[in-house]
Amino acid sequence: MSLTLDNTFTQLENFGHSLRASSYCFRPTRTEEIYEVFRLAKETGLTVTARGAGRSYNDASLNGGGIVLDMSAMDQILEWDPASGRVRCEPGVTLRQLWQRVEPDGWWPPVVSGTMKTTLGGCLAANIHGKNNFQKGPIGEHVMEFTAMLPSGTSITCTAEKNADLFYAMISGLGMLGVFTSITLQMKRIHSGLLSVDAWPVPNLSRHLRDLLDNAPHYDYIVGWLDATTGGKHLGRGQIHGARNLKDGEDPNAQQTMQLAYQHLPDRLFGVMPKSLLHYFMSPFLNNLGVWGINTPKYIPSARKHTFRQSHAEFHFLLDYVPNWERSFGRGGLIQYQSFLPRETAETAWREMIELSQRRGLPSYVGVTKRHRPDKFLLTHTVDGFSLAMDFKVTNKNRATLSKMLQDFDRIVLHAGGRFYFAKNSETSAEAARAFLGEETIVKFKKLKQCCDPNNLLESDLFRRVFG
Amino acid sequence: MSASPKPASSSRTVATPLYPRRRGIIIGASDGLGAALARRLAREGYTLALLARRQELLDALCDEINHESNEQRARAYSHDVTEYNKVPELLRRIVADLGGLDLVVFVTGINYPPGGIDKYNFENDRRMVETNLIGAMAWLSPVAAMFQSAKSGQIVGVASVAGDRGRVGNPGYNTSKAGLATYLEALRNRLTRHGVNVLTVKPGFMHTRMLQAAQGPTPFAISPEKAAEDIWKAMKKHKQVIYTASIWRWIMLAIQHTPSVIFRRLSF
Repeated sequence: MSLTLDNTFTQLENFGHSLRASSYCFRPTRTEEIYEVFRLAKETGLTVTARGAGRSYNDASLNGGGIVLDMSAMDQILEWDPASGRVRCEPGVTLRQLWQRVEPDGWWPPVVSGTMKTTLGGCLAANIHGKNNFQKGPIGEHVMEFTAMLPSGTSITCTAEKNADLFYAMISGLGMLGVFTSITLQMKRIHSGLLSVDAWPVPNLSRHLRDLLDNAPHYDYIVGWLDATTGGKHLGRGQIHGARNLKDGEDPNAQQTMQLAYQHLPDRLFGVMPKSLLHYFMSPFLNNLGVWGINTPKYIPSARKHTFRQSHAEFHFLLDYVPNWERSFGRGGLIQYQSFLPRETAETAWREMIELSQRRGLPSYVGVTKRHRPDKFLLTHTVDGFSLAMDFKVTNKNRATLSKMLQDFDRIVLHAGGRFYFAKNSETSAEAARAFLGEETIVKFKKLKQCCDPNNLLESDLFRRVFG
Repeated sequence: MSASPKPASSSRTVATPLYPRRRGIIIGASDGLGAALARRLAREGYTLALLARRQELLDALCDEINHESNEQRARAYSHDVTEYNKVPELLRRIVADLGGLDLVVFVTGINYPPGGIDKYNFENDRRMVETNLIGAMAWLSPVAAMFQSAKSGQIVGVASVAGDRGRVGNPGYNTSKAGLATYLEALRNRLTRHGVNVLTVKPGFMHTRMLQAAQGPTPFAISPEKAAEDIWKAMKKHKQVIYTASIWRWIMLAIQHTPSVIFRRLSF
């Protein structure tokens, strides 16, 4: 039976619920069905975008008025070898499925995002990083092999050696060169289901960044919370969490702590209140005053260095801790602005940006810092330095001023030699992308696109925004 | 009738969270109420596909709107609503060009008064039904299917006070508009449960080309701009049926309740 567009029109959103677009949506279960959709797209003159879990903060998996390939039904873990730690998956497998499969055998995904709902296909397309980026690089560095289908219907297998050009371009390539159909990843050995976490306060931006830099080598993971509502001499204050994997023998109950029951994120607060309701109680605080009122008492008790043990799931998947937290940002949703800056320029640039946001009455409600190192992928977003991710609430009133401010941010970041991340920023213009990627990279990417997808069948709203 | 050349999809206006876009189609946008609505909705930030038969008028309107908003907010597609079989493909292309679809407004309407209460003209009656009613169904039926599956969207249909009662003056026009109003009501009953709003607009007299065809006095005539303003307000409130000017609600209430024994003896 041939496919038709009937009854497929679906309204899709981004992660922050700040952008909506309707598309003809298909949910293939087998590789051949992807080809059927490509054929339908050619017949109808429409473009196609693959979508995983839709956890990008921008338009990466939206294709308004075109076709969206919802890959979430291709979610089989095809092979898992607990001896070598290699796993072969379909692209719709989520990080949640993956860690739950490998952890009881003493492995953990080498790189994970802040939510476990993301799919591997999406993770590769954005080339995600985790809190261990400074050490382990992005997820692409742990891909042993992948197979992708090109719009012509040809399947292509790539490794870092075979079809290396495509390997380094399709990972980070935003799904614009082909659609992943199978992904082989190398997992990382763990000896406990727990991490040893050190938490300590940092009183200002300069200390914040210095502590990230100096302490990173001593930890497997490092991440900072930055209170972006405070200015003056406390600007950039926050708390740093450094975590390391426990060594063999450090956890006497390792076999137990690696079981899924131990990693379970509680779904109730204090054992009574369902966490699914929590976002309703958070929303009254998500305004300038409320966030200041939360950040200040959050900072004060953190002002004591302490060490504790935490399960992997709890440490990594903070975004899943409160289900639907993103709903608490209200009807306009939220956007995230993440900038990656070299270590030399980060402090000055971020000081300027944070001051600007406070002056304009648009402080970020959540600030998160990480330590990074560069990688070899074509559309890479990392640098030898740091990243700062800032969440902003979008309202009908602040759209224009927020937009103006983010344009100013873009100028500051580009001037400081920084980069942007296509899974996060929603307002990066084609000019800003060209400025940080460089003309040469864009030409190379477009040349590869011309080879893989000569009819421009693969297009997302993000692609049109940044490369259109 | 051919549509204007396809704009490259990459040239389309990009939506972002800080520049969200509502996308609408106005069928019958070349002048009168359609053009007034196009200007009004463009000012509200809608990205619009404007359809009508007369390409030059559409092009001029698009230029005006795009010039005023300083970006491409309107695109022209020349189209004759009685070419029913061209609708599905044109609709698909427009949705791709706009980058989605949130609103469809059907304004197209023709009025050929028979010219006396003893005159009959089947050809004209057929043309009115084919344009005003079947033309609307050709568009709104696939649109309703899309909105129903997307569980989102808004449909605005311009019927008329003339559809509220069959009168001696213009049976064909009355029928086409009554049919349209009933069709819109049925769509509303189907789609409300799927989160889709269907608004029926019943204008009285309006200062447009159609008014020139009116026989006799034209009380409470309003400008198309005033009607467009009323429609926009009703759209925002997700209303179901509005009269414009609003006084027609009361006039038509009286007319609808006039007993037939009296009504059939009147010559209006």
